[in-house]
Amino acid sequence: MSGPGYEPRPAASESGGAASEYAPAASEPAPRQLVVLSGKGGTGKTSVVAAFAALATAKVLADCDVDAADLHLVLDPALRHREAFMSGKEARIVPDRCSACGDCADHCRFDAIRLTVDGHGRSVYAVDPIACEGCGFCTRVCTSGAVEMLDAERGEWFISDTRHGPLVHARLNIGGENSGKLVTLVRERAASLARETGAGLILVDGPPGIGCPVIASVTGADLVLAVTEPTVSGAHDLERAAELVQGFGLTLAVCINKADLNPDMAERIREVCAARGLPVVGELSYDTAVVKAQVEGKSIVEHGGSPVADQIRDMWKILQDRLEKTEE
Amino acid sequence: MKIAVASGKGGTGKTTLSVNLATALAYEQSVGLLDCDVEEPNCHLYLKPRFDSTEPVSTLVPVVDQDACTGCSLCARACEFHALLALPGPPLLLPELCHACGVCAYVCPEEAMSESEREIGMVGSGMVGGVYFRWGRLNIGEARSTPVIQSVKDLRTAPPLDTVIIDAPPGVACPAVEALRDADFAVLVTEPTPFGLHDLVLAVQTARQMSIPCGVVINRVGIGDERVDDYCAAENVPVLLRIPDDRRIAEACSRGEIFAAGDASFASTLRAFASDLRTRTQERITT
Amino acid sequence: MKIAITAAGPDLSSAVDQRFGRGRHLLVVDLPERTVQTIDNQAGRNAAQGAGIQAAQSVIDSGATVLISGHCGPKAFRALKAGGIEVYLTSGGRVDEVLNQFEEGTLDLAPAADVDGHW
Repeated sequence: MSGPGYEPRPAASESGGAASEYAPAASEPAPRQLVVLSGKGGTGKTSVVAAFAALATAKVLADCDVDAADLHLVLDPALRHREAFMSGKEARIVPDRCSACGDCADHCRFDAIRLTVDGHGRSVYAVDPIACEGCGFCTRVCTSGAVEMLDAERGEWFISDTRHGPLVHARLNIGGENSGKLVTLVRERAASLARETGAGLILVDGPPGIGCPVIASVTGADLVLAVTEPTVSGAHDLERAAELVQGFGLTLAVCINKADLNPDMAERIREVCAARGLPVVGELSYDTAVVKAQVEGKSIVEHGGSPVADQIRDMWKILQDRLEKTEE
Repeated sequence: MKIAVASGKGGTGKTTLSVNLATALAYEQSVGLLDCDVEEPNCHLYLKPRFDSTEPVSTLVPVVDQDACTGCSLCARACEFHALLALPGPPLLLPELCHACGVCAYVCPEEAMSESEREIGMVGSGMVGGVYFRWGRLNIGEARSTPVIQSVKDLRTAPPLDTVIIDAPPGVACPAVEALRDADFAVLVTEPTPFGLHDLVLAVQTARQMSIPCGVVINRVGIGDERVDDYCAAENVPVLLRIPDDRRIAEACSRGEIFAAGDASFASTLRAFASDLRTRTQERITT
Repeated sequence: MKIAITAAGPDLSSAVDQRFGRGRHLLVVDLPERTVQTIDNQAGRNAAQGAGIQAAQSVIDSGATVLISGHCGPKAFRALKAGGIEVYLTSGGRVDEVLNQFEEGTLDLAPAADVDGHW
């Protein structure tokens, strides 16, 4: 299944090599990992990560929002490597061998098999690849040997070069089970690259929500930053995200974006943070300059001066301090 | 008419549109609102339901009859999700990995495998503000939203409804697809920015792959540029509604208020929008 | 006795791979002779969720009673314990060096998983 619109431009010199296999040596200090989450979508997480990418030195970027990856849109990436992401299996019914008995459909718990018509007008069953979970029940019950289990391509992952350092990113196919495996793969490749290049920081753009992809993007992080907004949704989703992150024993800091949108709600967010022991490391003003920068394909700190750019710079200094102080 | 309100990108205004649309329509017809973003449900923050009727949502997990089990491990070898560990004796189940497919029970030669329920979330329902409202929440740490989303979409105990609005989760992965399934029309909410456009493309492709006709609502017109309009024109995707960047709407949302409840003009715009959708679903216009 | 150990390469001079589940190789070493069998963990690396489980299954199936690795997540740890396998953790080095430490009794026995899932 071909993926949607994104086609990164090829690198000027395709060095061709995949990231080297992860071969750790205990003597090297591990790069620090900062993961930026939002809980609720649309709070400005990716814009903040893009700004950090411009401000930080010696880092590797990882876009773990594999369901709807946007970070590359402001980084102008040059593709260096791409690879199919295989995960699990999917069933396929060979029409010529199908006797249309329907046993497969009767046993499928995911409503993934429907009656259809083949090229000759014969009734046969067919698997809906979006609904199929690859459990293999159908192939076991089929008495005609008509069901094949194939390795399933679920997406693609890429390594690209950008003006702010290497970027590991990915694309999940439509309807895919976003189990966290692709996120884990992106993080592993980013970790390999960091060791290869001697980068001291891995900067991760995390996914929204609180599901497996979020879990996969935060485990082992040195610091997690939640970007929230002063709205009832922002407060609600921040609580859920905090419960998840703190449940893993990870350190969580908070940035309130568009803080001047609703001062009362901003205060409520501060109360939520105080109650949970979460430091508020930055409060950013609502500024149309952020979107203007995005339209130009840049991060806000590369787009002339603005109060919010300065606020982000201040926040970055605080985060850098915190990262340096985290123990090995 | 079953309308799914979806988007590739989070934060574009799906929930805002869903609750405002449901509220506006409740004046003239019987409306249902189904909040299918079970990881981060938000509709209840606006509707503020007072009912406490919630039910647990469960999925099935295999249970081994230790006496009947011979330790043959056929179940463990057959499990595609590695949820059963083959041991010298009865297998060990790892419930979080289980997809409840039923293969293990099927292959067991001793009839030693049965299935029982495991709670993964909750679903709530009731009338609020004239709207029949259903919502669900997935427990933190759980892997699969699908059973909870299906419970939210289960209308067997619902009153007869003229219009059902599904507030879908963001993205185009399994949960979003489950929410969209069987909708008559997909309303894709976006913002006129590069991130909005990129994720809208994913959402349009998803709707097309699922053979669901779709149209676009551009929210916060004025903050970005024209590329979303250009894309929609080039791809023949109708732009059904343009909501200007209005600080009053943003402020109402930030407080958890339903703007259409207090603004007759916005409510009337939304009713006209719904009427347009009904015409489109009746004529089965596909894109 | 048989010891399973995660490794970056296929023999005793390879570095220990710090991750159980997604490590490249699983070596099963007979002690004291130090004969080596290698189990390619490629299938485990490519598994969707459950990489640790698949690796744990390989360890159980091999007849090893001890696993040595750098880190082990909670599901894998649970699986290994169910299989009656003792887990020892090491901070790195070569397989043969780490086996020396095991025989000398200087490796740490892990009472519980030391990292979160999905690691």
